[in-house]
Amino acid sequence: MIEQILHSLSLFLPETTLTVFFCAAIIVGLVAGRTSRASLYVALIGIALATWFAIQQAGSSEGIFTGMVVVDPFATFFKLLIGMSAIVILLFSLYSAEVQSTAHRHIEYGSLLLAMTLGMFLMAGSTNLLMMVLAIELTSLSSYVLAGYTREATDSSEASLKYIIYGAVSTGLMLYGVSILFGLTGATDFYNINRALATGSVNATALLVATIMIVAGFGYKISAVPFHFWTPDVYEGAPVTITAFLSVASKAAGFALMMRFFKTCFIDANALGLPAGMWASLQGFEWNKLLAILSVLTMTLGNLVAVWQNNLKRLLAYSSIAHAGYMLMGVVVLSDKGLAAVLIYFIVYLFMNLGAFYVVMLVANKTGSEDIDTYKGLGYRSPLISVAMVVFFISLAGIPPTAGFIGKLFLFAALLDAKWIWLAVVGALNSVISLYYYVRVVRNMFLRDPERNAEPVVFSAPQVVIVLALLIPTILFGLFYSPIVELANASVVMFGMK
Amino acid sequence: MEFLGIGILTWITFLPIVGMIAVLIVPKENQSGLKWIPLVITGIQVVLAGMIYAGFNKSMAGINTLEGMQFVEKARWIDIQGVPWFGRIVVEYFLGVDGLSISMVLLTALISFIAVIASWNIDKALKGYMAMLLLLDTGMMGVFVALDFFLFYVFWEVMLLPMYFLIGIWGGPRREYAAIKFFLYTLLGSVLMLLAMIALYFSVTVVDPATGEKIYTFNMLAMMDPANYEPGSLLAGVGTYWRYLAYVALFIGFAIKVPIFPFHTWLPDAHVEAPTAISVILAGILLKMGTYGLLRISFPMFPDAANYFVVPLAVLALINIVYGALCAMAQKDFKKLIAYSSISHMGVVLLGMSAMNTQGMVGAVFQMFNHGTITAMLFLIVGVIYDRAHTRDLDAFGGLALTMPKYTGVMTVAFFAALGLPGLSGFISEAFSFLGAFQTHRMITILSTLGIVLTAAYMLWTLQRVFLGQPNEKWAGLPDINGRELFALVPLAVIVIALGVYPSLMIDLMTSSLNHLVEVVKAGGTMAMVP
Repeated sequence: MIEQILHSLSLFLPETTLTVFFCAAIIVGLVAGRTSRASLYVALIGIALATWFAIQQAGSSEGIFTGMVVVDPFATFFKLLIGMSAIVILLFSLYSAEVQSTAHRHIEYGSLLLAMTLGMFLMAGSTNLLMMVLAIELTSLSSYVLAGYTREATDSSEASLKYIIYGAVSTGLMLYGVSILFGLTGATDFYNINRALATGSVNATALLVATIMIVAGFGYKISAVPFHFWTPDVYEGAPVTITAFLSVASKAAGFALMMRFFKTCFIDANALGLPAGMWASLQGFEWNKLLAILSVLTMTLGNLVAVWQNNLKRLLAYSSIAHAGYMLMGVVVLSDKGLAAVLIYFIVYLFMNLGAFYVVMLVANKTGSEDIDTYKGLGYRSPLISVAMVVFFISLAGIPPTAGFIGKLFLFAALLDAKWIWLAVVGALNSVISLYYYVRVVRNMFLRDPERNAEPVVFSAPQVVIVLALLIPTILFGLFYSPIVELANASVVMFGMK
Repeated sequence: MEFLGIGILTWITFLPIVGMIAVLIVPKENQSGLKWIPLVITGIQVVLAGMIYAGFNKSMAGINTLEGMQFVEKARWIDIQGVPWFGRIVVEYFLGVDGLSISMVLLTALISFIAVIASWNIDKALKGYMAMLLLLDTGMMGVFVALDFFLFYVFWEVMLLPMYFLIGIWGGPRREYAAIKFFLYTLLGSVLMLLAMIALYFSVTVVDPATGEKIYTFNMLAMMDPANYEPGSLLAGVGTYWRYLAYVALFIGFAIKVPIFPFHTWLPDAHVEAPTAISVILAGILLKMGTYGLLRISFPMFPDAANYFVVPLAVLALINIVYGALCAMAQKDFKKLIAYSSISHMGVVLLGMSAMNTQGMVGAVFQMFNHGTITAMLFLIVGVIYDRAHTRDLDAFGGLALTMPKYTGVMTVAFFAALGLPGLSGFISEAFSFLGAFQTHRMITILSTLGIVLTAAYMLWTLQRVFLGQPNEKWAGLPDINGRELFALVPLAVIVIALGVYPSLMIDLMTSSLNHLVEVVKAGGTMAMVP
């Protein structure tokens, strides 16, 4: 028993590191004085170390703590993704006017980011209903506070409150669904649920109800329609850094958990006669049709509403809803290809979305506004940043030769391979709609003249370096995408599944 | 043919990118440097195109055989070994030229060079303008030399953004609207093409010579061979529902670019708002990509569907010809008139293609080249008058022949070429197109000839309104055409006359390829007849 726990602990190193640094961030912050940046640096080191330890686990595949959590390539991939975006967010924070204006609360900022990252790491690996709910709660509670971090701004407090209320409702629904599922199968462990379902004695209607309720929880995390209502307000009200973090890492963790839940619980591991990489649902329970509807609603609504937005943060909020819709398409197809496509999309999304948010933050730092009108003539005032923004937007719209195109390419490939043609067509048409609102910003930057004070906007060297660090992969992965595809291919392996 | 170990097609395609980097490095105060770099770069491109022309073997057919392709460059661009369930992903850097693309390569080099000359008096943000123009050049050239579908698609899309900026920043009063309309329309076509491309990818496998394993491929030549289609895959078989659907998706993608009615509405806006040089490129090269795509991709890859949809194609061609001409006749804006005449003339290309015989095809491809040169001239001519008078209203002029005699001389060549006067290049290609189409679609061709009459009508009417009649006092002091403008127009006029007198210069390049293309499409079509 002790040996098992010790062994588990050795594989739990990334999470332990985060916990230790969480405490350290508070203590160091108290010692160094309230206005010091020390906690931010502690958080940066802690997350970097945890990510490093997570990378060291690449290739290992086993369940720890009696099957509560697994360490497998799939989880490692998402830990890497979440860790990387957390590191980028902390770097953003060092240059964010919003975060730096509230220097006396840096301790909370640093430590809560660590806690949130810990929650997401656990979400990436949980294989037990209890662990799943706990991990979601840990992530959510930290993010509620961070969303309202600049509490001097009223919209920030409003954001936080809305977030809590929506979060509480959907987590409540999810818990209810979890309890029904437990009642149906008598198990909390994903693999045991799968075995119980495989016997075929479960009431299909009750299973459907439970699944819909659990999907409400996931949908809230990945901001899928109709569980998205919190997203625009929270994204607008929260500091840009946190908004960017929520839009990438939180979504990634939600997707990781959702994909693992569906694959390990509902996929028939013993189905025969399927082509390699294709899956079959247990009991003929076609939960993927449910997700297909969700996917169409999510991307269409996200894109259509984004067209009307004049605040860049809101625009990106709706765009991120739309992207969740695209990624859901990859889950719908029930194949390893689809899963790999989602992973590829996430790598690409990390760079392009964080990049877009970073430019929004830089511009807001200088002008104090996120309104689309402040971007008028920006192309002539700050060419480099504007060109970077164009590349990020073109990539988000999925036009070659940027990485965003590769993401879309593999999603569509997975869909067409599984003969989900109508869904692919809907997705393709949606990317045309999305171009319109991305180009609206590009138009303001280059086709319009600046309204007033047209002096050049200059950014410091480290800020430009961060932009380039996000820009170069966005272009490079569009031309040479072998590394990301290979990484995604190697990472679709889940513990205990063939 | 190689220089510094790099093939000539890579040079001709990526030289503009080198120029773009140079333009970006040059400080923006150095106006003459910013103009001369693109001029030299595109000048070298013309020389390279001349070398390709000189080294081209007219008897090699190409189309669907690697052996028939010339100046071939082939290398692995992306090679992902992958896992069993994903297969191996191979994308090739595969360039080559055959009789179908050679004329387009020549046209692209020529028109790009002339566009740079026509851009000489751009003063707003010259640096950005030239950078975008050169990027556009690479995209266009790439489309015509790429033989890997993925590569083709990337080049195809690379053009969108520079074109958006070129219309949107340097265009006329309604430039924003025109630019976004162009962008959205073309992207809509592209995404449909993307889906068809992926469907093709998952249907076609080839045996990798190195390892002997079967791999999916984007190789266009492999996609043209029915034997390579995996049984049971989406696009396998002949005349299936999915094949027709994929053909239609591809067709819409290309039709928007041509543009074929009812997808043409972006064109008048884009043409009218774009600066002169960009109109020249739009009409001269971009429109040809649509018809080139149909001939290079749709026809040989989907011969069954191409035969099945041949009558609708001919009907669309008829609509384009007549409707375009009627619209042109109604215009008061000189540039819009030329824009609609493009729609009409591209209809002739479509009609020639729909003939499914060698005359028609030769007529179509030759018309693509001729339309490129003639319309480029027409847009330059409009540009010349607009630079001086700052209006394009046809009724505002009159008697310009007296004030601008040299200008009127060049203009006459272009106008008569456009209305298809014998002795000028436009006549030959239109005659071939109609001749070919008459054998296949008798009634439609007869109706289409109405377009010729209408074209003569609006061209001559325009000529009369602008150049003949009472001289308008207001324009008495207009200077005649200057040396730079003549330098852009005269080479085109020479080509138009030369090809009118001795069309073999161009037709001989394409005959064997197009013969073969017709065979391929016909063979695929007869297969479709057998149940």
